[in-house]
Amino acid sequence: MTAIIEAHGLRKDFTVSEKAGRLRRIRRTVAAVDGIDLVIEPGEMVGYIGPNGAGKSTTLKMMTGVLTPSGGSVTVCGLRPVAQRTRLARRIGVVFGQRSQLWWDLPLRDSFDLLRHVYRVPAADHAARLAECRSLLGLDEFEATPVRQLSLGQRMRGEITAALLHRPAVLFLDEPTIGLDVVSKQAVRGFLASIGARGDTTLVLTTHDLADIERLCERLVVIDHGHVVHDGTLAELHARYQSRRRVVVDLDAPIGADHHAIAAALGGLADGVTLDVVSPDGQRLEFGLQDGANAGALVACVASVASLRDLSVIEPDIEDVVARLYQRRSAGCP
Amino acid sequence: MNIDWSCRVVEATELAATRGAGTRGERFRPYQRILRAQVRAQLSYRTSFWIDAVSGMTFTAMDLVTVLVLFNVTSVLGGFAFRDAFFMSAIASLSFSLADVIVGSIEQLRLIIRSGQLDSLLVRPLSLLPQLVSIDMQTRRVGRVLEGVAVLGVAAGLVHLRWSAQTVAMIILTPIAGAALFAAIFVMTATVAFWWIDSGEFGSGFTYGGRDFTNYPMTVYGQFFRRVFAIGLGFAFIAYYPALTMLGRADPLGLPDWAGWLSIPIAALACGAAGFVWRTGVRHYRSTGS
Repeated sequence: MTAIIEAHGLRKDFTVSEKAGRLRRIRRTVAAVDGIDLVIEPGEMVGYIGPNGAGKSTTLKMMTGVLTPSGGSVTVCGLRPVAQRTRLARRIGVVFGQRSQLWWDLPLRDSFDLLRHVYRVPAADHAARLAECRSLLGLDEFEATPVRQLSLGQRMRGEITAALLHRPAVLFLDEPTIGLDVVSKQAVRGFLASIGARGDTTLVLTTHDLADIERLCERLVVIDHGHVVHDGTLAELHARYQSRRRVVVDLDAPIGADHHAIAAALGGLADGVTLDVVSPDGQRLEFGLQDGANAGALVACVASVASLRDLSVIEPDIEDVVARLYQRRSAGCP
Repeated sequence: MNIDWSCRVVEATELAATRGAGTRGERFRPYQRILRAQVRAQLSYRTSFWIDAVSGMTFTAMDLVTVLVLFNVTSVLGGFAFRDAFFMSAIASLSFSLADVIVGSIEQLRLIIRSGQLDSLLVRPLSLLPQLVSIDMQTRRVGRVLEGVAVLGVAAGLVHLRWSAQTVAMIILTPIAGAALFAAIFVMTATVAFWWIDSGEFGSGFTYGGRDFTNYPMTVYGQFFRRVFAIGLGFAFIAYYPALTMLGRADPLGLPDWAGWLSIPIAALACGAAGFVWRTGVRHYRSTGS
């Protein structure tokens, strides 16, 4: 099967001029994207992450024909994005979290109707796709509202619908959940998951929210300073950088005075589980779990020797993982 | 796999689209729709629409009043009587209004770049320039064009044009060619924003400045200005030379009497140059932030 997105040695340089003295300015070339190789197969769901300024958006903009690459090659759906921009536009959908495809002063449904003409979608196809999005995203309640009056969550649901009405083969999403409340985030994730599950749409999304990735993407590409520093599954990333989930339990009464006593009371800790913090009153315990360690077994074990008042499992933070990954890179360990 | 199916659907719709594009109407359909939506959106701010429409017409009237006031002081301007100069002003004013209605909003390009909206336009399957024009066309300025046509009619009556097929062709084509030249200047100066986002009012110097320049007979300007603006940027061919040709008057500056017809090739040349500058600009687009 041929790849739907292929980038080889893709680069984008920007010249920035900086003040140096009262009138003098120094021009400097900065590589925002510095030689990226990426092959994405049809139907894949790829999370593209990295710290701010790593080059995520720039890569997406080169793949969608917005920016002209400074070097290397990129093809999407077999087309060269800038040279064949309008042809490519029919095959891809793009959601920029901070930009809008909608008409600000018109009701949401007018924007959908306009986009039907912009993409020349047959009326029946358009209606079918819109009906599907309408029920999955609950558009009914605000379809008649002018876009400028929509909440961010409502607008984002509108944006995603707008990007899908022409049945694109690839959907690019640049921070689709940024600034959304929990309910809206879940609605957006659930919908994208159902789009992805059908397998006929390739999904590439950038995000800062690990939950987006966990819910949606089997594959994770981490970029930093314009380079790909990880390309694999989320589990592989955690394994590689030993990121650990944390399990925090609150007990009704302490089960031991120090780490040793508690570990002994629990009958020893399983492989990959460490007891990291014990609160001064001995009622709150924090465990670290390496990837693969069984949180259920740990909780059951604690519950068998003490009565639990509260329990939480804290996922490793993406920024934390990326930050660690970056530190390793600058320290020279691949 | 599924992807083959989706690709086939895309191929089929594309094929249908290209077939549909055979007729001209189909090709312009999306832009028409966008334009109509833009009018609807503008009408949702009703008061503002009418204030703009009325103030726009006042501005056009003021241009002509300036010429009237000048002739209160002097009876001859650069060797031309009031009615001849008024005729030139009327042509210039109509040309500018026409260009301003259609592409004047391109001045907003720097704001569209700054806000990131240009990214959204670039991911649509439409050409960028017609999109920019249709999303922001200032239909409220249409009144100025109608006013311009009426004033040109009055001016043509004042100068007692000798009507012939040639005169008719020229009085219709001249404002169109003039508008095309102004439009080219609007586009070229707006393009600067691709390199220089803080371009501010840079473009106005050439667009509004050009309009003011063409309002008077070229004979009033010194040689330097004539060379740079009248000939170099082609402003003399918007109103001055076509007016001379229609009036059957010899050019005090020495060009032959058919020079008025040069407005058409000059406008075409300017549009070609604008197209080239525009495409270069889009390739240098840097986008903003995330």
